[in-house]
Amino acid sequence: MPSWVNALFVLPMARVGDSVLFAGRALAAALRPPFEFKETARQLYEIGWLSVPLVAVSGFAVGIVLSMHTRASLERFGAEALIPAALTLALVRETGPLVVGLLISGRVGAGIGAELGAMKVTEQIDALEASAVDSFNFLVVTRVVACIVAMPILTTVMNFTGILGGWAAESAVSGLGLFSYLRAAFSIVQFTDYLPGTLKTMVFGFIIAITASYLGINSSQGTQGVGRAATRSVVLASVLLIATNVVLVRLIFFVFPESAQ
Amino acid sequence: MSQGTHPIQLEHVSKRFGSFRVLDDVSLDLPKGEATVVLGRSGTGKSVLLKHIVGLMSPDSGRVVVQGQELTVLPAADVALVRRQIGFLFQNAALFDSMSVGENVEFPIRRHTQLSDRSVRAQAREKLALVGLEQDYDKLPGALSGGMRKRAGLARAMALDPAILLVDEPSAGLDPITSEEIDDLLIRVKKELGTTQVVVTHNIPSARRIGDTLVFLHKGRVLVRGTAAELERSKHTIVEQFMSSEAGG
Repeated sequence: MPSWVNALFVLPMARVGDSVLFAGRALAAALRPPFEFKETARQLYEIGWLSVPLVAVSGFAVGIVLSMHTRASLERFGAEALIPAALTLALVRETGPLVVGLLISGRVGAGIGAELGAMKVTEQIDALEASAVDSFNFLVVTRVVACIVAMPILTTVMNFTGILGGWAAESAVSGLGLFSYLRAAFSIVQFTDYLPGTLKTMVFGFIIAITASYLGINSSQGTQGVGRAATRSVVLASVLLIATNVVLVRLIFFVFPESAQ
Repeated sequence: MSQGTHPIQLEHVSKRFGSFRVLDDVSLDLPKGEATVVLGRSGTGKSVLLKHIVGLMSPDSGRVVVQGQELTVLPAADVALVRRQIGFLFQNAALFDSMSVGENVEFPIRRHTQLSDRSVRAQAREKLALVGLEQDYDKLPGALSGGMRKRAGLARAMALDPAILLVDEPSAGLDPITSEEIDDLLIRVKKELGTTQVVVTHNIPSARRIGDTLVFLHKGRVLVRGTAAELERSKHTIVEQFMSSEAGG
């Protein structure tokens, strides 16, 4: 077989196959004991709780920007009254979940990729195994579960602070009070607008954790490899997340037809 | 040889990395309660040999039998049971960066015993005291010097009073006094607990002190095996050179 065929097709396909097996193994291990509750809780703190400030501040800023754009568009039609509802719909259905996905893939994806990569090159993963600990369960499954659990919560935080940001921007222009804004915002928005978009972030969490863990655990070539694992984790997780989002949106429209309205 | 007297047995073990043969038909029976020191130039497979004993690597051919269990054919859960009887000090200590020194030593105790929190801490403190690090319980590994990391790694390896202690380069990065203290500690642990030890080192004075048997690996093969005195009488040039290099590692 020519070497270019190997480099262009065989090796990437082998990598894809290997990563799919890795993901399947993580899913299977997450559902059967032994469960690493303590380490999962620690990861929830690292991945979830420590991401709250980033998500909250970003959400507030996104809300302000969305509000400004929404006002600029709706003003033309004299529909300023719809600004709170339009912003909230955009936020909970798509903007919130996607922005949280990308933010977490940056903060957490890079962190997991670098941490596991460093653990690999400094033999800490071997040390776990030598201590009779299943390193895959301890390192990968805990991070995957933590990411899956944390993402919908972080998305809710993003939605909430985004709505607050939207109100702050709107209030500065029109002087609208918070409760009037919230009443207007939730006059149209239903639970079915919130639920699918928020739950799909569990898939985002899975993608981020699996991609970063796979690249981290398979990193090589010392510290250079660790840096590369961190960068690739962010890039690949972001691209996969955006691509998967297309499929998920289509799926949500299929399962929740009212979401498409 | 029975596993009762020889808890570690390697039979015709070979291992390749690509085209490079790291271990080439290595057969060894390591006696219970004795310290076997593995010597050899860098890249001759000493650390790889240790990783085979703890099951972190599998041989391409041959058998590795530890505590009567053939690691190469054991299911993962049973390999874990064997590993509980083994303490491993890695070349660079491999302390868990996210845990304090104390938590590193506590880690195997918490995982594999039902001791109360207080007893776990007491046992971890006792092990750290053995290596002179009881004052550094709450420090993170990043705040330790190379030598201190090594000692903390040794404390973690000894946390469960293992039947087998694998030690990769205990003297590397240590001053001569600390190095001697570590040697004395290994000797004491062997005497008091009857631990079977396999120690990889480049430090010849240390090898003489702690080794009941010395094994010289060269190009992946066992070139010579015997006491320090026997190795000193060896006619192999490489062994002669090695044994006469007092500075060691």
